[in-house]
Amino acid sequence: MIKTEELYLNVGPQHPSTHGVLRVIVKLDGERIVEAKPDIGYLHRNFEKICESRTYTQVIPFTDRLDYPSSMVNNLAYSMTVEKLAGITVPKRAEYIRVIVAELNRIASHLLSFGASGMDAGAFTIFLYCFREREFIVDLFEMLCGARLTYNYLRFGGVSQDLPEGFIEKTKEFCNYFKPKIDEYEDFLLNNYIYSQRAKNVGILKKENALSYGASGPVLRACGVKYDLRKDEPYSVYNEFDFDIPVGKNGDCWDRAKVRLEEMRQSVRIIEQALETIPDGEYLNSQVPRLLKPPVGDVYHHIESPRGELGFYIVSDGSSRPYRIKARSPAFSNLSIIPLISPGLLIADLIIIIGSLDPCFGEIDR
Amino acid sequence: MLLSLIFIIIQALIVFAIVGAAVAVTLYSEIKVASHVQSKLGYMRTGWHGSLQGIADMIKLLLKEEILPGKIDKLIFLIAPYVAFLPVFLSFIAIPLGPGLIVKDLNIGILYFLAISSVGAIGIIMAGWSSYNKYSLIGGLRSTAQVISYEIPHLLSILPVIMLTGSLSTVSIVNAQEKVWYIFLQPLGFLIYFISTLAECNRTPFDLPEAESELVSGYHTEYSGMRFGLFFMAEYTHVIAGCAMATILFLGGWRGVFLPPFFWFLLKTSFLVFIVLLLRWTLPRFRMDQHMYLNWYILLPLSLFNLIITGLGILLF
Repeated sequence: MIKTEELYLNVGPQHPSTHGVLRVIVKLDGERIVEAKPDIGYLHRNFEKICESRTYTQVIPFTDRLDYPSSMVNNLAYSMTVEKLAGITVPKRAEYIRVIVAELNRIASHLLSFGASGMDAGAFTIFLYCFREREFIVDLFEMLCGARLTYNYLRFGGVSQDLPEGFIEKTKEFCNYFKPKIDEYEDFLLNNYIYSQRAKNVGILKKENALSYGASGPVLRACGVKYDLRKDEPYSVYNEFDFDIPVGKNGDCWDRAKVRLEEMRQSVRIIEQALETIPDGEYLNSQVPRLLKPPVGDVYHHIESPRGELGFYIVSDGSSRPYRIKARSPAFSNLSIIPLISPGLLIADLIIIIGSLDPCFGEIDR
Repeated sequence: MLLSLIFIIIQALIVFAIVGAAVAVTLYSEIKVASHVQSKLGYMRTGWHGSLQGIADMIKLLLKEEILPGKIDKLIFLIAPYVAFLPVFLSFIAIPLGPGLIVKDLNIGILYFLAISSVGAIGIIMAGWSSYNKYSLIGGLRSTAQVISYEIPHLLSILPVIMLTGSLSTVSIVNAQEKVWYIFLQPLGFLIYFISTLAECNRTPFDLPEAESELVSGYHTEYSGMRFGLFFMAEYTHVIAGCAMATILFLGGWRGVFLPPFFWFLLKTSFLVFIVLLLRWTLPRFRMDQHMYLNWYILLPLSLFNLIITGLGILLF
């Protein structure tokens, strides 16, 4: 008999397809995974602690850096939590603007994830196609607030500035341009024989496991659980729009990509409705004081980010600085299922799984 | 004696020049095809539309410092790129570029081509083993499995052509296609040949030994400088050799009307190379087990079936 032993392989933190600085310690038997253990913390920047020494407003730029592919949604989650804590009302127009930018950002984030999931399987072209469309959205945001990645656009009680001239037309143009592209991507990647062979029945996550691991967002919905905070606990003005929650069947990597693709379709629907019905009026509640001092107390608020349930827990001691901020990161919970679903699969599958969970390390390590 | 030696050296240099030029053009077109598929521009700065980029890259690779990692198996590590490149280069000896444009018309030309071009895989295994890197090792192992498996349908898809011609010489195969190209008699054979050539050259969708999203760069992860360049060249030379052989076996070699024979050969080979490049930027990659499944369960039975049909056809007509 030949003596064989298992091989330990360090995937990451410097590896082309771990989507950031993830390190997975993989125990391999040939190419088959015996054990996979994610190791995180390479991008830790002490977000929660540093917030304690800043005023409430100064925290907004930090939230940009959490889940950097979807900064607007982070801004929204944090602003809404503080507004809930301080009891600030938001004008109607600002709510509409917030929904529009959040959904645009959701599309941008899903495009990134969808393209990268193709790249993990070796299809490089789809990644660049997705980036071409993402560029359109980033240009829109640049028009809106001057920044292309970390927007710092939302304020307590509204947004920092009104929609610029031509923004609505440009966004409508984008929606019309983007809708046929989604069908194209579906044909190009999801219905591709090789990709569906690679992604179907790979990394199956059962409904019970998904719920007990606290998975959320597309990862949870791909298992067939119809849970979306935009519908279940409607925040902002989401209850005024007509949209569906796409769900998957098997909870495999293909379903996750499919759910993301469908969500892009739904986001376009929401944006189109919001652009049609956006009211005139104030874009910022002018009653909000410069130096915000929320009353003593604590509050938790969660919204649906592109990765899942993003929540902020804020404790206030009545001063101008938060006593404690805790962020509930969806990608962290989603990533924790790697040790559960990867044993028995091949090393190539692990890469597909990591891509399908869409981790963002700015948010996981914080 | 001396005269014949000089003659051989000149021949080798000419072949090397042709191969080098072909690789440079392929490299350039790879980027350009990729760019146009991906709606971007690609090389635009060096020369007209970046046409001198290949030369610039080559100079860069030649001048670059070669890094030898610690704990490598030095001898094997150093000679592996040559073992990978030389056999592929030598396979051009048996490829006729036009009537009389061949280094040596071996009477076992096809056998020689098949034998020598698969020696290159040993270089890849050597590189994977000696690099002292787990990614390289996995890449090398994948490559071994891939080349050994795909050799069989590769061979069996050529066999019907040899049966139809009755000769192993590449020149007589081209001559035998005077009336009809073998692609019309052997469409299935051509398809199997083309797919298995892709696998032998480690091209997408079978680029598992160097799958960059899984294995960083596979077997050549630790290589730098000109040794990396040699692996790179070996891959492109292999693609060109494979496509040139496909032209000879199935597309009537240099046969065509109006244009000189050499141009026809070039045209057909370029077309096949173009398809290979296009595939790379269109398709995702197979997984190892699916890759093996495709070979043993689909390509092998199909090529055996093709062989039987061809045998029956020859017997009956």
